[in-house]
Amino acid sequence: MKYALKRILTLLVTMLLVSFLTYAAFEVISGDPAEAILGTEATPERLAALRHEMGLDRPFLTRYIGWLTGFFSGNLGISYRYHQPVWELIGPKLEITLCMCLVSFIIIAVISVPLAIWSYRFVGGPFDWIRTAFNQLCMAVPPFFTGILISWLFGIVLRLFVPGDFPDLHTDFGAALGHLFFAAICLCIPRTAMTVRMMRSTVIGEMQKAYVRTAISRGNDRRAVLNRHVLKNSLTSAVTFLGQTMAELIGGSVVVEQVFGIPGLGRLLVASISTRDYPVVQTVVVILAFWVVLAGTVADLVNQRIDPRLRLGGDA
Amino acid sequence: MKKKLNAYLLAGLIITGLLLLMTLIGAFHTPYDPNAMDSLAKFQHPGGSHIFGTDNFGRDIFSRVLKGSGTTLAIALATVAIGAVFGTLIGALTGYFGGIVDDTLMRLNDALTAFPSILLALLVISLVGPGKYNVVLALGLVFIPSFARVTRTAFAGLRDVNYITSARLMGASNLRILAVHMLPNTMRVLLPAITIGFNNAVLAEASMSFLGIGVTPPDASLGYMLSEAQSMFARAPWYALCTGGVIAALVFGAGLIGEGLQKMDREVA
Repeated sequence: MKYALKRILTLLVTMLLVSFLTYAAFEVISGDPAEAILGTEATPERLAALRHEMGLDRPFLTRYIGWLTGFFSGNLGISYRYHQPVWELIGPKLEITLCMCLVSFIIIAVISVPLAIWSYRFVGGPFDWIRTAFNQLCMAVPPFFTGILISWLFGIVLRLFVPGDFPDLHTDFGAALGHLFFAAICLCIPRTAMTVRMMRSTVIGEMQKAYVRTAISRGNDRRAVLNRHVLKNSLTSAVTFLGQTMAELIGGSVVVEQVFGIPGLGRLLVASISTRDYPVVQTVVVILAFWVVLAGTVADLVNQRIDPRLRLGGDA
Repeated sequence: MKKKLNAYLLAGLIITGLLLLMTLIGAFHTPYDPNAMDSLAKFQHPGGSHIFGTDNFGRDIFSRVLKGSGTTLAIALATVAIGAVFGTLIGALTGYFGGIVDDTLMRLNDALTAFPSILLALLVISLVGPGKYNVVLALGLVFIPSFARVTRTAFAGLRDVNYITSARLMGASNLRILAVHMLPNTMRVLLPAITIGFNNAVLAEASMSFLGIGVTPPDASLGYMLSEAQSMFARAPWYALCTGGVIAALVFGAGLIGEGLQKMDREVA
């Protein structure tokens, strides 16, 4: 419990630090927001008035604290490009991206562990090279390429969904989920391959340990030892890796959303970067950063629950 | 202790070598001008005078792929070079000297490597704007921490090894110890890290250009071409297949080299 509290405290401090750094970075590069809104031909009086209205004449730290409280109370200013409150713009898109990442995370978590155990059977066998080559191939094909192929095959040929026409998440949840499922598949392929590869080498390392040799020499079945002991011990590194996967998925979603025409957070980010819509970019970056830090913390907390060595405060 | 080439390494070297050779030739000679439009030869199927076919403007796809993979490769290599050189430098200094600088830098490093590289690169791009050189800068910066982490562990592990202690006793300077005695021994972790970094760089550059915030026209990279190809997939699927295939082959080849290097390392050890 103490560990969890400490970990959550670290999480909060990290988030605070990340948000501060992001705010400072954008403060430096974004120039004058008043000028960005009014254009270069605005009169100095109007600029000054708007600056005062937006609170830009206040000191930096005051503005940061104002922005941070705005982040949690839902008041983040107005997008330069859409002329819409930033929070209203981001909210629905965040839901979509989260749904997509969760779907692909579930797929990865469910299939990679059995696949890793299954692939362990090939170790040292004559067909191991096929498995390795296939594994490498899965990691090599970029998600946006599989995305093009999948949206063509399932979208245009089989007509299971309409690429680029994303159903509303609230009114038509089933159809939206179906659409997200295909996108999630593209995200999953390379990441599953990586997880399997990682798990497999952990299992191989674990199987060489003394306790496994003892268990087998006492007459236990090799597969039972693998399933009962080795798997449990390999689980902590898998959980850590899955935490990283959760972070990587949100990075990969940026590209996949573009391919499938899903109006998610990643697409918004890319559009806002190209139009220099800094209030939006800033907020999206902070949300994504929170997401990454949160995923790591959750993985640590889960590990602490499942590994008694960590639970008692020692090192794994 | 003979180092034997294994099948993965060999296959990877052959694939990557062929692609490199093609790209290198493509830098000097392409069968057609990659940007020349030919309205009489729109949407030609692969084969015949255009081996990868033509696109909606009648441009020769094979020539474009050669040109595009040149850009992609140049960016990936430059990125990896920046990441490896600066990363190794930081890794060597922090790993060898340790201390408070080491602790703080590695905390920062842990935080940075937790982020997906594409997101960090997008962040840098949002600060400096798109373009060929900015992509190199963004990805190069993003790859430094992972190289630093890998090499730091290697250098720190070598710090108290006997031959390093004896070199120090014989009066070798720190610089000499780092460069002559330690660096060659970190190659076994550095080389696989370079192949992984190369793969990440190719994929990241392709993703960014695909999104339209990486390489900007008139420079063509494979990712940018793939985004062009997506819009005409129904009429010219070969465009996307050839471009995507080349990206996949590049990454696959380097991935096999990495796999082979690690296998060789395990067999030697």
